[in-house]
Amino acid sequence: MTVLLSTRGLSKHFSGLHAVENVDFDLPAGQIRALIGPNGAGKTTFVGMLCGRITPSAGAVIFDGQDISHLPAHRRIRLGMAYTFQITSVFPGLSVAENVALAARPHLRGEAEVAAAVQDALDRVGLGGRTGQVAGDLSYGHQRLLEIAMGIAQAPRLLILDEPTQGLSDGEIAAFKALIRDLSATTTILLIEHNMSVVMETADMVTVMNFGAILAEGRPEEIRADPAVQAAYLGTDADAGT
Amino acid sequence: MISRSLALHGGLIALLCVLQFVLPAYHHGNLARIMVLATYAGAYNIMFGYTGLLSLGHALFFAAGMYGMGLAMQHGGLSPAPAMAVGLLAGLAVSAVLGVLALRTAGVAFMIVTLMFAQAGYLAILYFGNWTRGDEGFVIQQAERALAGIDLSDPTNRYFAALVLFALGMGLTLRLVRSRFGRVLVAIRENEERTRMLGYDVFAHKLGAVILSGTLSAVAGAAYGLLFGYVGATFGAVQYSIFPLLWVLLGGAGTVIGPFLGTLFMFYLIDLSSGITSAYMLVAGVALVLLTLFAPQGLAGEIRARLWRWLP
Repeated sequence: MTVLLSTRGLSKHFSGLHAVENVDFDLPAGQIRALIGPNGAGKTTFVGMLCGRITPSAGAVIFDGQDISHLPAHRRIRLGMAYTFQITSVFPGLSVAENVALAARPHLRGEAEVAAAVQDALDRVGLGGRTGQVAGDLSYGHQRLLEIAMGIAQAPRLLILDEPTQGLSDGEIAAFKALIRDLSATTTILLIEHNMSVVMETADMVTVMNFGAILAEGRPEEIRADPAVQAAYLGTDADAGT
Repeated sequence: MISRSLALHGGLIALLCVLQFVLPAYHHGNLARIMVLATYAGAYNIMFGYTGLLSLGHALFFAAGMYGMGLAMQHGGLSPAPAMAVGLLAGLAVSAVLGVLALRTAGVAFMIVTLMFAQAGYLAILYFGNWTRGDEGFVIQQAERALAGIDLSDPTNRYFAALVLFALGMGLTLRLVRSRFGRVLVAIRENEERTRMLGYDVFAHKLGAVILSGTLSAVAGAAYGLLFGYVGATFGAVQYSIFPLLWVLLGGAGTVIGPFLGTLFMFYLIDLSSGITSAYMLVAGVALVLLTLFAPQGLAGEIRARLWRWLP
């Protein structure tokens, strides 16, 4: 299986704090990979370096065989990455349709094609009936769905979702799981997620981060049974001494 | 939506066209002036209203166009048409350089950097007094103010020249807001980081906005000098950076028609109140405070929020 994205020795230090330390990571094309770990494990910093929001202190990011470590964020996005924000980040003053259209336009020429892609992306997340509404007037859960629709409309080869189910209702989470499985036919997905049912039911593989490093990697059931992972989540590792 | 917008903006142009034959001489002259200044405000609005970049140094562009045109006529002996082109190119060059440097900053720092550049430009006008005649400025002789055989010092010709400029500026803005480029500018105003993470080169788009805005400001400045026959350092001073901000805020930032409404309103507010009292700036100040309190989105902005959601 071809590797779509990999990192070598990727590190980020914030004035002495080692947020991410020497991470080697490989993501094969077509996989749904969940990235989990306790708060402060360095997950968001790590994906921030993948898509260019954060400049690494050291190391390389390779996307589709190309070293993209020195490309600015917008160039990486143009290569086929999409990133949805942990803290909802839509265009509050613009209509729902225009939000998604902005995501679709970089890779589509005609406005008719854009309109079709917009409707398709909104239908897939269940916001198809709200195209004309102002994004800032949507409920929090709907703004999260809009964010995901924007990621879909980018038609990326790699979709990075940063805690997409945060603030969604149970029904919306169930729909989200189905959506992720549906998307994985065309897109590789990297999913930062706290909701274990989402991780267990959607991910092909799970990477666990702790203290800025990869603690474990494996299939969901292996990860669930891993004592080191349990310790990290429950805070009962040897250093803590409890 | 497009046809309503066309009806409104086309209707305004038609109305201004008709007013030329109706208005008494005094208001006729005022309106010519307002149309040129509204073009300047419209240019400012491209950066401030649509892109969210608050510049405090637009007088630099206005003066670059005015002096580019004026000096080319005064010292280069050029006729008005090529002199206007020099004014445009001066605005293009100045805005490109300022954009590249100032866009390395954002927010308050951007305001201060643009303000400082404009002050440097103003002081340069005074410093090179041998050429610019400094504070005093210079007059462009009536005989020289003929464009393609049309005497621009004639009130009717001048009015129509101002109207053509205003219509061109408004047409350009209408086109811009419907273009992909313009929509990205609005996206940057709404959420710059998200725009970048959708794959847009934010810096290049902002630079494009600065150059477009600066060049159109310069064309307005050059036209002002040519139509009213005077080139002076006042137009490079800080108040000419503040005026377009006020006009746009009053009229409605991020609306195509707002800058015209704001310019018209402010011009006549000062004009009428100065006829009543010598403390006319006090009247203007109170009106500004009231509008800011009760119509924070400006005149056209309030109309859009309450009545016409389609207003571009």
